[in-house]
Amino acid sequence: MSDELPEALPKEPTGSISRRDFLKKTGWIAAGVLAPAGALELIFGLKGASSAQAAEAATTAQTVPHWQFLVDANKCVGCGFCVKACKLENDVPYEADASRTWVERHVVTKDGVSHVDSPNSARDGFTTPDIDIGEGKTLQINPEDIAKAFFVPKLCNQCNHPPCVQVCPVGATYKGPDGVVLVDRTWCIGCGYCINACPYGARFFHPVYHTAEKCTFCEHRISKGLLPACVQACPFAARRIGNQNDPTDGVAEVIATQRVEVLKAEYGTNPQCFYIGLDSEVR
Amino acid sequence: MIHGEIWTAKELWVLPNEYIIWAIQIVMYPFMTGLVAGSFVLSSLYHVFGIKRLEGIARFALVFSFALLPAALIPLLLHLQHPERGINVMMTPHFTSAIAAFGIVFSFYFAIVACEIWFLYRRHFIEHSRYLKELGRHKPVRFKILQFVHTVLTLGSFDTSEEAAQKDHKAIKFLASLGIPVALFLHGYAGFIFGSVKANALWLTPLMPVIFIVSAVVSGIALCLLSYIVVTEVRKWRSRRAQTRAVRATGPAGMTAVNLERYSAQSGEIQSVEISVVKMTSRFLLIFLVTAVSLELLDLVFRGYTAVNSWNILKDALYVRDYRNIFVFQYGLGAFVPLVLLLIPRLTLRRTVVATILVLFGVLMMRYNVVIGGQSFSETFAGYMHYKLPVIPYDLERLREGLVGALIVFIFPFILFYIYSKIFPVFLRESHGRE
Repeated sequence: MSDELPEALPKEPTGSISRRDFLKKTGWIAAGVLAPAGALELIFGLKGASSAQAAEAATTAQTVPHWQFLVDANKCVGCGFCVKACKLENDVPYEADASRTWVERHVVTKDGVSHVDSPNSARDGFTTPDIDIGEGKTLQINPEDIAKAFFVPKLCNQCNHPPCVQVCPVGATYKGPDGVVLVDRTWCIGCGYCINACPYGARFFHPVYHTAEKCTFCEHRISKGLLPACVQACPFAARRIGNQNDPTDGVAEVIATQRVEVLKAEYGTNPQCFYIGLDSEVR
Repeated sequence: MIHGEIWTAKELWVLPNEYIIWAIQIVMYPFMTGLVAGSFVLSSLYHVFGIKRLEGIARFALVFSFALLPAALIPLLLHLQHPERGINVMMTPHFTSAIAAFGIVFSFYFAIVACEIWFLYRRHFIEHSRYLKELGRHKPVRFKILQFVHTVLTLGSFDTSEEAAQKDHKAIKFLASLGIPVALFLHGYAGFIFGSVKANALWLTPLMPVIFIVSAVVSGIALCLLSYIVVTEVRKWRSRRAQTRAVRATGPAGMTAVNLERYSAQSGEIQSVEISVVKMTSRFLLIFLVTAVSLELLDLVFRGYTAVNSWNILKDALYVRDYRNIFVFQYGLGAFVPLVLLLIPRLTLRRTVVATILVLFGVLMMRYNVVIGGQSFSETFAGYMHYKLPVIPYDLERLREGLVGALIVFIFPFILFYIYSKIFPVFLRESHGRE
């Protein structure tokens, strides 16, 4: 029988099938059956995966916070405790004329002119009613001429679209999963591009490390469940921090449900530091 | 002390962290890259577009561009707070940043210029290395070093056939053509670094890269022209001195007619080549100068007409506080006066020298007014910062980012050019080289 096989093969008796053809056809059938099934599986599978991913993302969202800051400018009295606490907590030399956070004093006189200052970033508060106009000079304002006056605390806005991160040539500054923008002091080359790119003047060169320096919402504290130094030091709760991903967070609720403002929205940075009681002339 | 505190004086409402952090070295950086790009474009006008009358200055400009290249790096290193980490830009480039590609573009451009110079001087290296070899073993050490350098520079290629020369020529044309967009990119992108900073009202304009490119070409041409005139004058003077020495040594009677004729012909040839090259080059200088000023004025007019939020402080900064720097130095002395000097008929060498020096000064002032001027007002639009250039370098900070640092950056390429010109003779003419 085996001797006859080579002769029989080309003739191919009707109804019979060669092994090669059998395998070929089986393959096609299997593919034909599996393809739609596979497609269905692919679609449903993907659907399944996407819903699983969404669920996972939702759980991560609940576990990984997204920090937001709320400043109630109405409550600020310009004591400067926040600045002092920040400098001590974050190793920024006390005498250095720069700070991760600062408080501004705005005095608008009746003629519509606005006078603003922040002597030593208001590290010691505002000890004199005279306005610091730079170059060692001060300006006396007659209290009767004042139309309105208020204080505005400022800090890094931890923008959702941070221009500082965009321009860093080496990726030494980055936005963490919790929304806080950080600087890697071991990698920063000190070009200063981020400092010039920040529309809020939140960055400066650290006088000791010579790398870009900025407010981190006290990342080392908030990641351990503590409050940022400035928030803890504020006697009037003008500064508060919240977690957008926590449905029970009171601060996040205020930001979501009340009328709040951000600084310089026109730059498209999407700041995560929100203000209550901001005046239109604050920039 | 906070970086920038040394040279920044604040007036009225300036944010506590604001200082002029991009100081004189960042003025020098676009100025030097501008010179690099400009001189390369000038040399390419001959190599690519075949403008024959620029032959005399083409090699000169290319070697100058090569000498200026390292000088574009120095201001950045002097400026960085951590220069030792500068290489991080190559290691972890973060491509959303306009600075990130600097290392790549710079290296690419460096390679192009180095290759073009090699092809241009390949034959010269071979001939020189052969000639020095023929001098035998007993020759001065200087010659031995030169022989070694020239032999190494041949890179093992000793083919001087007409076919090889044709190939060299092709390669030069290709590299010069490729180099133009890269040179313009290298500089246009320096403009982009500023033009894309949305936090800075003066810098933010899409015209910035274009303005930078055109003014780069202006400054590059001006510097090449100036150096060309100076170097040619020195050659003429040397040739005359050699003549008088020869006369003195042999006495007028001993000086053969042939010799006299040779010297005066040499001097005369230099003279005629020089004025023809100068006239042609100054034409190009004029074209680019007019374009640069037009673009800058367009930008100014547009800002005034649209008068957005920042215009109030910009107006004050431009027309009142920086009036002298912008309108007297940059536009008046740096553009208008040289324009008139170059336009008056019967151009002389002396007039060209004055005009080119003024043009260079004008471009430097333009860089200054952009870099320092852009940081001279606060992001609050309610305060000003004044820049005081540190003159006496009594600490490292004042040395790096002061007058001395800037002068080092400016002088460095000239020293390098002098060294280069010993290896790459800049007055070798292509027609001579082929003989």
